Amino acid sequence: MSPILAESPRWVRIGLVPALQLALALVISSLVVLIIGEDPVQAFAIMIRGATNLEFGGFHSTLYYTTNFIFTGLAVALAFHAGLFNIGGEGQAYVAGLGIAIVCLLFDSTLSVWLMAPLVILASAAFGAIWGVIPGYLQAKRGSHIVVTTIMFNFIAMALMSYALVVHISPLGGNSTDSRYWNSDAVFPKWNEMMPDAPFSLLNPTLILALVCCWLVWLLVWRTRLGYAIRTVGSNPHAATYAGINASRTIIITMAISGALAGMMAVNEVYGAQGRLILNFTSGFGFMGIAVALMGRNHPFGVVLASLLFGALYQGGTELQFEISSINPQMVLVIQGLVVFFTGALDRLVRGPVEGAFLRYQLAKAKKAEAADAAVAGGN
Amino acid sequence: MTAPAIELKAINKRFGPVWANRDIDLKVMPGTVHGIVGENGAGKSTLMSILYGFYTADTGEILVNGQNLDIRNSQQAIQAGIGMVHQHFMLVEPFTVLENVMLGMEGQAVLANARGKARKALQDIASRYGLEVDPDAIVGELPVGLQQRVEILKALYRGAKILILDEPTSVLTPQETGQLFEILESLRSQGVTVLLITHKLKEIMAITNHVSIMRAGTMVAHRETAHTSPEELAELMVGRKVLLRVDKQPAQPGEQRMEIKNLDYSDDRGVRRLKDINFNLRSGEILGVAGVSGNGQSELLKMLSGALAPNQGVMVLDTRAGHSELSAGSWRDAAEIRDLGIAHVPENRLRQALVKAFSAAENAILGYHDKPEYGETFLEPEKVVNATEVMMEAYDVRPRLPGLKTANFSGGNQQKLVLAREMLKEPDILLIGQPTRGVDIGAIEFIHRNMIAARDKGAAVLLVSVELDEILSLSDRIIVMNDGAITGEVMASETNEAELGLLMTSTAGEVPTAGNGPTGGAKAPQSEQQEEAVA
Amino acid sequence: MEMFDQIFSLLGASIRLATPLMFAAMAGIFSERSGIVDIGLEGKMLISAFASACAAYETGSPWLGLLAGILVSVMFALMHGYASITQRGDQTISGLAVNFLASGLTVVLGHAWYGQGGLTPSVHDERFKSIILPGAEWLGENVPVVGPFYEQVISGHNILVYLAFVSVAAAYWVLFRTRFGLRLRATGEEPNAVDSAGISVAWVRYRAMIVTGVLCGCAGTYLSIAQNAAFQREMTAGRGYIALAAVIFGKWHPKGALGACLLFGFLQSLETRLQSVQLPLVGELPSQVFSAIPYIITVVLLAGFIGKAIAPKNVGVPYVKER
Repeated sequence: MSPILAESPRWVRIGLVPALQLALALVISSLVVLIIGEDPVQAFAIMIRGATNLEFGGFHSTLYYTTNFIFTGLAVALAFHAGLFNIGGEGQAYVAGLGIAIVCLLFDSTLSVWLMAPLVILASAAFGAIWGVIPGYLQAKRGSHIVVTTIMFNFIAMALMSYALVVHISPLGGNSTDSRYWNSDAVFPKWNEMMPDAPFSLLNPTLILALVCCWLVWLLVWRTRLGYAIRTVGSNPHAATYAGINASRTIIITMAISGALAGMMAVNEVYGAQGRLILNFTSGFGFMGIAVALMGRNHPFGVVLASLLFGALYQGGTELQFEISSINPQMVLVIQGLVVFFTGALDRLVRGPVEGAFLRYQLAKAKKAEAADAAVAGGN
Repeated sequence: MTAPAIELKAINKRFGPVWANRDIDLKVMPGTVHGIVGENGAGKSTLMSILYGFYTADTGEILVNGQNLDIRNSQQAIQAGIGMVHQHFMLVEPFTVLENVMLGMEGQAVLANARGKARKALQDIASRYGLEVDPDAIVGELPVGLQQRVEILKALYRGAKILILDEPTSVLTPQETGQLFEILESLRSQGVTVLLITHKLKEIMAITNHVSIMRAGTMVAHRETAHTSPEELAELMVGRKVLLRVDKQPAQPGEQRMEIKNLDYSDDRGVRRLKDINFNLRSGEILGVAGVSGNGQSELLKMLSGALAPNQGVMVLDTRAGHSELSAGSWRDAAEIRDLGIAHVPENRLRQALVKAFSAAENAILGYHDKPEYGETFLEPEKVVNATEVMMEAYDVRPRLPGLKTANFSGGNQQKLVLAREMLKEPDILLIGQPTRGVDIGAIEFIHRNMIAARDKGAAVLLVSVELDEILSLSDRIIVMNDGAITGEVMASETNEAELGLLMTSTAGEVPTAGNGPTGGAKAPQSEQQEEAVA
Repeated sequence: MEMFDQIFSLLGASIRLATPLMFAAMAGIFSERSGIVDIGLEGKMLISAFASACAAYETGSPWLGLLAGILVSVMFALMHGYASITQRGDQTISGLAVNFLASGLTVVLGHAWYGQGGLTPSVHDERFKSIILPGAEWLGENVPVVGPFYEQVISGHNILVYLAFVSVAAAYWVLFRTRFGLRLRATGEEPNAVDSAGISVAWVRYRAMIVTGVLCGCAGTYLSIAQNAAFQREMTAGRGYIALAAVIFGKWHPKGALGACLLFGFLQSLETRLQSVQLPLVGELPSQVFSAIPYIITVVLLAGFIGKAIAPKNVGVPYVKER
């Protein structure tokens, strides 16, 4: 038996299986729609239209959500490569918003968007990195479990941000829980502001930053020494020690980068879309990164595809409530939960039988070929 | 005539395409110690797992005391009076001895009374078989020998009249082994049937009444221990005359490459794993490190390769990188040590030397991934793949697919890839641990030839192996380790298995005399070491 | 006298706030001691809070509400169990999925059924009411200190508060005094030992999940129809995670976790009371400090700066028979 046959084809592993898992999640979500007494086919049709139409900016909004999910998805995916489960994307993005707010409050009346944008990106990445690197440090040096620490850091971030907003930032202008609007000359223009014909949406140039980050993460993971170290530490820490890779250092660096990636989500929200710092602006986007990374199998390209999918679901879900008022947009959370369940926790449920079937099929084919060869040889 | 305690008839078990057990027949008479020997992977453990209900045989019959039984889980095995002491203990470390023994046999849903009853029963068993352990001691705090005793107590408490011991001595010190054998003697005299699984012939000869030999999933022979010899058993196990000497020229040692002075190491729990190690290693020689596994060899390898730092001691190196002296305070990590011209083939390749999820090409640069030859700023896949192809060609790694996942290569080919990676760099010093563990016969000879070739090219080779044959046939000089210390140094040409065996069980500083038989020699230091442990 | 009054009412409030934490922490202890990480305490509390609010409103009985809350919570626990035990999936991911699902389903169903943006109709007579213990009023008026303590701290809670304390004692008793507890603890530490003793690891863990589900059901029910009178969106507000923190802080022991829950409850009650109060030395503390403290001390504890929290050895590791 050729050893190559021990693995099912690549398209099955990274294409068919996730697609089936997604289908399963959608079927069960449809059941929920049925329980509510609505027609799931109609609901999905509305969602698809809502997420893809160009004339009312549906597709633009999809891309706007996609931008958020790419950042948080990359953050989770990169940490996964180092064997770390970073659940703290939500908090990292949230705190990064503070970094942006500080930069904007200080400079938005003096600097132009060309100077502001790099500063804002740096600030968001730095604040996110700090919020990621502390749990990373505690895991690497003090042995505390990163899952628990990042969860705790999400809540600490909530307290910190509500303190910062309510006590310090909102008094500078704005409502009781929001900051004032940033000077419109200093923030990213929205797509419809750059393209007069385009319908209104929150889509802004941060999407480009997100795509650049995808490419950079790919480069980091598969083309750099650091990426090699990250993957070694993630899949076999003993081998890392053997190779002279400093695992603690690698974990700390990975969490810093992961936090920075999650943090840059705040650029899209605080700097691009909203133009001010709002209480709870992350609204679960950080957690969505987990579903995105799982669905995208931790590959930047997969993350883009999964982000598009979830971006569409998010946008479609928002549209849904206008047409079928009994379906709450939080339906997307149900789908998110089911996707996480089927692609993450219940991965084997679908993967096992499907890949097994392909293996058996390959084996049978190989045997047949062998038999045919033998027959030919025998004939000679 | 009494029925056999255990009779297996035509047992077959397959894992996918692999026959783990094929047409196995076995008869074990009650009240005897019956040995089952075979190399690693011969199918001994699978057979015993079937008997204990961990696996179900595909076909075949199991008779216990003449009764045909269908054993589908361990509960049924326990009911049939079979107990098993696994190689890796199955003990709940934070529990007391009593709680461990009770687990699964509590009797009542509420523990209050059960504890008292169990305590009494445990004390009865302990005194009957001479297995004294404090029932209230926390198991995790007991030494390994006593933990094993708890495992035996567990089995007996469950009413075992047939006891299976799977490689029981692999984790024991020689003195603990002596104690274990005393316990087995006592069990036998009380009518308990013992099945001893091992690959150590010395143990078979020392304690068993009968022995069955397994090879490649089949049962090849049954012998009465009194009527066989280690040589015959070895031949049956391997299936051919044991290759005692690898074809090689006498060594021509050159200048000194490495000198180790007063190396000392204690682990996290404060156990002293290496005790004042001193030796030197010259170019053009193979220095073998012999010893029962777990006597400090692993720690020594890790230390020399930079995976671990000692508490005390100095390593002096004279390599292409020049003269360097590392002391406990200024030890280097694995990457830095590699830069000094030292290569390391670790004992456990899947745990240390390879990342299963990586492709062969990715593993081919593990440890060398920082080298500019694999790309300047970024890693360049073509360069990595080219280098891998060279390695695969030179060491005949099959299939020649650098992109294939490492987990899909056979053990022998994985090992060859590791050897190629470490040896093609022509290191000044080669550290190599268990080079042929789990490797097929053909690959073993290939690996041995290449080690000799490296030596002849001037490498200084340090070989750690638990296989005495391997040590004897490859080494030029041999140091023997026991309990973290070097107990002796001999020239390979002037020694034999018996002498090494003696050194492996003696304490440092003690000169073994020819008059000491293996048993006499093992017993004398026993009390000495115990006193040391108490102090 | 007034100072005592204030302290006692603070303590009474602390106990009420600690109640859901106590149930959930005991749930977490059962789960984790059996070897299953449960990030999903939050989700199970949330979904059961919703279920019991709906059931209590529809049937008019808080007890049927409790039953519904427990049933739904057990279902979710078994779902987590199926992924973790039978499918040997990643337990953290499964727990998160439970949380996402609960958080989505409660809003979607609540919105569809009652149309109040996820709120359920409030229940008045159909909720668990405070119980005045015998003689509370008389003692409170006539006996100094002890009387008001009895009246305000011990008496006057609803039945679930008392049940929470019972659940702590029961958890202790079950874990350390019964056969089930012995096996459960062994399963979390060394499942091999359990398996080789002829006990089914999976069955032990499934039973632990059921217990976890029941306890989370009580916690959720308490939130919606005992402490409050309706279900509100995201009403657990991180209590499941605080309970998890209490489990860690209490070193996976019911007694320790009880202490942690009471402490966290006390901090929560301080949060509301100390707003705009000038404290000596520090001045006015922002309320957010109090909400962050449980999380901060958990992080500090886990990092080993004060003592060391050691989890069950095999928690989070799916059990696979050794070959």
